[in-house]
Amino acid sequence: MAESLSTSTHKGLLALPNDDKRKIIFVATALCLVCSVLVSTAAVTLRTLQENNAQNARKMEILKVAGLHSPGEDVDAYFNQHVQTKMVDLNSGNYIENFDVATFDERKAAREHDSSIELQAEQDIAGIKRRTNYVRVYLIPDQQGKINKIVLPVHGYGLWSTMYGFLALSADGRTIAGLTFYEHAETAGLGAEITNAKWLAQFPGKQALDPQGRPLIRVNKGPVNSDDTEANYLVDGISGATLTSIGVTNLMHFWLGELGFGPYLGKLNQLAQPNNG
Amino acid sequence: MTMQTKAILTDPLINKNPITLQILGVCSALAVTTKLAPALIMGLAVMVVLSISNVSISLIRKHIPGSIRIIVQMTIIASLVIIVDQFLKAYAYELSKQLSVFIGLIITNCIVMGRAEAFAMHNPPTASFLDGLGHAMGYGLILVIVAVVRELLGSGTLLDYTVLPLVKDGGWYEPNGLMLLAPGAFFIIGLLIWAIRTWKPDQVEKPEYQIHMVHRTEIM
Repeated sequence: MAESLSTSTHKGLLALPNDDKRKIIFVATALCLVCSVLVSTAAVTLRTLQENNAQNARKMEILKVAGLHSPGEDVDAYFNQHVQTKMVDLNSGNYIENFDVATFDERKAAREHDSSIELQAEQDIAGIKRRTNYVRVYLIPDQQGKINKIVLPVHGYGLWSTMYGFLALSADGRTIAGLTFYEHAETAGLGAEITNAKWLAQFPGKQALDPQGRPLIRVNKGPVNSDDTEANYLVDGISGATLTSIGVTNLMHFWLGELGFGPYLGKLNQLAQPNNG
Repeated sequence: MTMQTKAILTDPLINKNPITLQILGVCSALAVTTKLAPALIMGLAVMVVLSISNVSISLIRKHIPGSIRIIVQMTIIASLVIIVDQFLKAYAYELSKQLSVFIGLIITNCIVMGRAEAFAMHNPPTASFLDGLGHAMGYGLILVIVAVVRELLGSGTLLDYTVLPLVKDGGWYEPNGLMLLAPGAFFIIGLLIWAIRTWKPDQVEKPEYQIHMVHRTEIM
């Protein structure tokens, strides 16, 4: 690399012995310049592609969890056509209008003090430390324009890592329509089974909340006995991944609870009328 | 290709394999081999990094001051790794998510630094390129062998196509969970080293120290 730089101006420096201080400084500087230019060029030119990939991957997950994705379609166009994105204020449970949803970043918001709250140890069952005040939800209307499913972003700590996913609820806000995880670093083959389609397929149809609106959905330890009176709230545990399973239960309880989407889900029926009637 | 240049390229495959003979790069060989697809991508990434880093270091080898040579090598290797990582995130997003931190950890892979210091610092660019390519192929070869065994026995699949139908899907094969964990890879690498050294006994290391048997009477 530096040989190409050895034009007339640098001839003097390069001709110096290798252990000369001036040459050491020159080689170090030249190398850093060349390397930093290469790295930043790669980062800048590829950034749009990477961001598109990440966004598309997230949109695919939302479509998948809502049972919508048909492969081969243009994800962006299909998403915009079938999904309405809304911003929810978690403290009040109301929608916020006139919010730039496209550029909002929940993870950044959760780090900043004016847009998030700190969770006390006993509140923080999902192990997320801070919770954003504003969060995007995704509404999926049916043919008549009536809201059919709601997709909520959820995250919480498993065994090794924070697991990020989406929870889809039916229009009643109680019945689970789907669950998916798009980012985690749990043990491959054990905890990572939370992304196994067959395991996730147990969730649709289960009840997330009891009639009083308290979160009851739980990952069982071991398989669920269908005679169990609570079988409607239980899914089979993943063998060899007890702590990851507990993490999934906890994150569901947190995000369905009072500090999560609880207030929003409580108001869901009133909210649905004026906005989307 | 003369015999000598051919040897630079092919020796690291078995005779001087970086993993089984030099026991380098074992950490990543454990981490990325639960499935075949990430192992292949990891092998390719190391191939790109190792051959380009060897060529770049060899090109400027006569101007690298001895006192900062390790840092110079690290800077070149780290830059290449970042670029490879960026490309993967842009063009192979799903696989880059599976490989997560391990692409970044190529920087600390002893094979890359080892070849820079041992070969590229003292040899011309073409030979250094072949040396890098050869060692990356030797590394990739072991990765692929380990990954095939682990994915087949651990998940019953190869490149995610079902080969052995699992009991839980109505088949007959009960997967071996050990293969999905790091110790499984240790066993496979150990067995590979054993097999290769049985086939080529000259790879067996001589004991560095042997207890000398002393007769009781000598002490008294």
